[in-house]
Amino acid sequence: MTKTPVLEARGLTKRFPGVLANDAVDLTLHKGEVLAMLGENGAGKTTLMNMLYGLYRPDEGEIWVNGRRVEMASPNEAIHAGIGMVHQHFMLIPVMTVTENIMLGVEETRGLLSRIPMLGRINRREVAGRIHSLSQQYNLAVNPDDFIRNLPVGIQQRVEIIKALYRHADILILDEPTAVLTPQEAEELFVIMRNLTQQGVSIIFITHKLKEVLRVADRIAVMRQGRMVGTAQPATATEASLAEMMVGRKVILQVKKGEAHPGQPVLQVQDLYVDDDRRQPAVQGISLEVRAGEILGVAGVQGNGQRELVEALTGLRPARSGQVHIGGVETTHYLPRQVTESGVAHIPEDREKHGLVMAYTVADNLCLNRYYLPPFAQGPVLNQTQIDDEARTLVQKFDVRTPSIYTHAGNLSGGNKQKVIVAREFSHPVRLLIANQPTRGVDVGSIEFIHNQIVSQRDQGSAVLLVSAELDEILSLSDRVAVMFHGQIVKVMPIAEASREKVGLLMAGSATADTDEQVQPQVIK
Amino acid sequence: MELVTTVLQLALTTATPIALGAYAGLFSERSGVVNIAIEGMMLMAAMMASFVSAYTNSLFLGVVAGLLTGALMAGLHAVVSIKYKTDQIISGTVINFLAAGVTGHLYQAYLVPPRWPGSAGTFPAMPIPVLSDIPIIGPILFDHQPIVYIMVILTFVIHYVLWYTPWGLRMRAVGEHPRAADTLGINVYFTRYANVMIGGLLAGLAGIWLTLEWVGSFNINMTNGRGFIALAALIFGRWTPFGAFGAALLFGLANAAQIRTQTMFPQVPAEFLQMLPYLLTILVATLRRPIPPAAVGQPYEKA
Ligand SMILES: Nc1ncnc2c1ncn2[C@@H]1O[C@H](COP(=O)(O)OP(=O)(O)OP(=O)(O)O)[C@@H](O)[C@H]1O
Ligand SMILES: [Mg+2]
Repeated sequence: MTKTPVLEARGLTKRFPGVLANDAVDLTLHKGEVLAMLGENGAGKTTLMNMLYGLYRPDEGEIWVNGRRVEMASPNEAIHAGIGMVHQHFMLIPVMTVTENIMLGVEETRGLLSRIPMLGRINRREVAGRIHSLSQQYNLAVNPDDFIRNLPVGIQQRVEIIKALYRHADILILDEPTAVLTPQEAEELFVIMRNLTQQGVSIIFITHKLKEVLRVADRIAVMRQGRMVGTAQPATATEASLAEMMVGRKVILQVKKGEAHPGQPVLQVQDLYVDDDRRQPAVQGISLEVRAGEILGVAGVQGNGQRELVEALTGLRPARSGQVHIGGVETTHYLPRQVTESGVAHIPEDREKHGLVMAYTVADNLCLNRYYLPPFAQGPVLNQTQIDDEARTLVQKFDVRTPSIYTHAGNLSGGNKQKVIVAREFSHPVRLLIANQPTRGVDVGSIEFIHNQIVSQRDQGSAVLLVSAELDEILSLSDRVAVMFHGQIVKVMPIAEASREKVGLLMAGSATADTDEQVQPQVIK
Repeated sequence: MELVTTVLQLALTTATPIALGAYAGLFSERSGVVNIAIEGMMLMAAMMASFVSAYTNSLFLGVVAGLLTGALMAGLHAVVSIKYKTDQIISGTVINFLAAGVTGHLYQAYLVPPRWPGSAGTFPAMPIPVLSDIPIIGPILFDHQPIVYIMVILTFVIHYVLWYTPWGLRMRAVGEHPRAADTLGINVYFTRYANVMIGGLLAGLAGIWLTLEWVGSFNINMTNGRGFIALAALIFGRWTPFGAFGAALLFGLANAAQIRTQTMFPQVPAEFLQMLPYLLTILVATLRRPIPPAAVGQPYEKA
C-alpha cells in the first residue's frame, strides 16, 4: 500500500558556526500517521523541524508539501502550506488570554473600521466560538478567556495545538511535547494525537522516551549527528534496539547499582514550611533526613511543592518556618552561595532559568559556582586560561556536544545544556546532591550517563536527594522513596516496599495505598 | 471658585505635553523598545516647529515640520536599537544630547534677533460652542487650544487601538514575546519600526505644543524634563493610555497649582514651588511596582 507523502524533506542541510546540524537529511511524512523522531541531544531534530517550519533557512535542499515544492522563507509560508509546530519551549504570551494567543496574526475583525487593515475591532466572540468548536471536534478542552500564565503546562500545550489547528494545519510538528508533562497529561496527549490522525492530520512527534515511541508511533525515524540514520517499525523495534540506533552503541537502560551503605545524616529537614510565588503555602510541614551514601527519591506529581522544597533547601527561596541542617550545621537562612560552599550540588528543575546564563559561553557557565576561587580567580582578576582549561576537561569528561567551549550556552541543544549543569555541579567537593528532574529532555545515552554519575556520587559517600516526576527514574535510582502530595510527605519507604502501583496511588493522593502493605509481604515472598 | 476653575483648566493644558510624551513612550515600549529619548524628540520638534513656522509664517508648515522631526528622530532611535541592536538606553541618551546640542546651536544662529523674523504666533483658543458655556465644566474642558483636544481624543483612540485591534495585539505581542510573534508569521522588525515612529510623531506633537501652542517661541532646553516626566507618567500609568493620562493630569494639577499659588505666597521661593510637581511625580511613582512589557529593551535576533 503506497500512501501519498504530505511532507517531504529532500537533502536538507544546515550549518551553524562550527556545527553541521543537518547533513543532507531526507524525511517523508504520510497522511494520517504519527512519525516519531528519535535522536541524541544535538542530533539535529529541532533544527530540522525549524527548517520545515520556516524559522531557519536551509543551506541546501528542498521541502515539498503535498507534491509541491515550497520555499519556506518564513513561518508564513509554512502556516500557509498547512504546517503547525508546537515548540520545545512554548511560544505563548503569558499575560494574554487563550483567545488572544490563538488569533494572533490571523485576527478577525468586525464593525465600521474593519475595512482598514489592522484597525478593525477584533471579534473576540467569533474567535472564541471557533476555538470552542475546534476543542469539541478534537477533544481539546480549554477555556478561551483564561490567561496563559494561570494554566498548567498540559493545558498550555493544548492551546499550542489549537493554535496550529486554528490556522488549518494538517501537518503537526510536536517537539518533545511530553518532556514537561505529567504521566497523566501525557496519556491525554496521546489520546488527542490519535484523535487528530483519525481526522487526517499527520504528526511528527519528537521524544526521548522510548516507551512512548513504541506506544504511539506508526513509524520511527532516527537521527544521529545531523544525519538520518534509518527508520524502524514499532512492531519490530524494542527499546534496546532503538537506543542502539540512536547512540550507535549498546545502552544499558537499567541502572547498575549496588547495595547502599548509609552513614551519618547529611541533610536534616525539620517541620519546614515554604510559600510559593503567590504566597500560598506550598510546603506544609516537611521533615526528612538523607544520609551519606544513600539516594532518597521524592516522587510526586509536579506542582505538589517539590520545586519550593528544593528552592528552600538551596537558599533560593525563604522558608517560612522550620529548620534545615546540612552536615549538622543549620543552613535554613543561608544564601545560595553559602549553601553551595557547604558542599551542595544543585541540578535545578528549570535549566534555562536557574541553571545557566544563556548569553555566557559554555566555559563561563562551567565555572559559575567557583569563578571567584583560586585558581580561577587571583584576587579580583579572573584567570581565563584556567577557566578554559577546566572547561575543556569537563566538556570532554561529560561528553558535552558543543562546537567549542566559547559557544553561548543558549545555542546548545536541550540535553547538552543539562550536561553542562551536571558537569559544573559535580566539579566541586559534594556531600549533598539535590537533583530536580535531572534527566528532563535528555537522551537515553545521557540518561545512562547522568544516572551513573548520581550513583557514583552516592558510592563516594554523598547524600542524594532526587526529585523526579518520572516514576521509572525514582524507582530505579532510589534507596528510599518519599512520596510528596499537597506539600507534605505522605509516606517514606525503603525501595523494596515501593511498588509502582503503591507509589502511583500515593502520588495521586490515595491514602488507602497503605492498605496494600498487607499485599506487599506476599509479593516479596 | 474662580481659582479652582482656572487651576483645573491650566492642569489639563499643562498635562497635554506630558500625556502626549507618555503616549509616545507607550507605542515604543509596548512594542519592546525602551525610549528615554522622548525629551530630545520633543525638544527638537519644538525647535523645528518654531523655526519653520517663523520663517514661513505658517503655523501649518510648523506643525508638519514638528511631526516630521519627531518621526525622524524616532527613526534614528529605531535603526540604532532595532537594526544595530545597540543598547537602547545609550541610544536614547545620545539622542537627548544630540537634540540639546543641535537645538542650542540653531537657536543661537537663527532664533534670536537680529536673525529672528518674529513668531508666527500660537494656535488660538477654540472654545466649543454651547459646551463651553456650561458653568465650571465648560471652561475647564471645552475652552482650549487645539492640541489639548487632540490629546484627549488620542487617549480614547490609543485605548481602542491597543486593546481592541489587531495592530494593538501584535504590538503587545512583539513587546512581550517577539519569538512567539515571529513563529506566527508576524514581522517583528516592521512592527517595532512602525510603532517607534508613531511614538515619534506623538513626541513631535508634544514639542509642537510647547512652541506653537504654549510659549510662541523657542527657548533653550524649554522641554525642561517634560519628556522624562512623561516616562514617569507612562510607568505609573502601567503602560496604558488612561493610566498615563491620569498620571499626566496629576502632574498638570500640581504644576497648575504651583503656577497659581506663586503669587499668593510671595515669601516662598518660586523655585521651591516649581519643584513640587517633580517631587510629587517621584513619590507617586514609588507607590506601585511597575510591570513593564516582558521583552522591553531586548533587541530581537532572528534565528
Ligand atoms: N541557533 C543556533 N546557533 C548555533 N548552533 C545551533 C543553533 N541551534 C542549534 N545549534 C546546534 O545544532 C546542533 C543541533 O541542535 P538541535 O537543537 O537541532 O538538536 P536536537 O536534536 O533538537 O537536540 P535535543 O534533543 O537536545 O533537543 C547542536 O549541536 C546545537 O548546538
Ligand atoms: Mg531539540
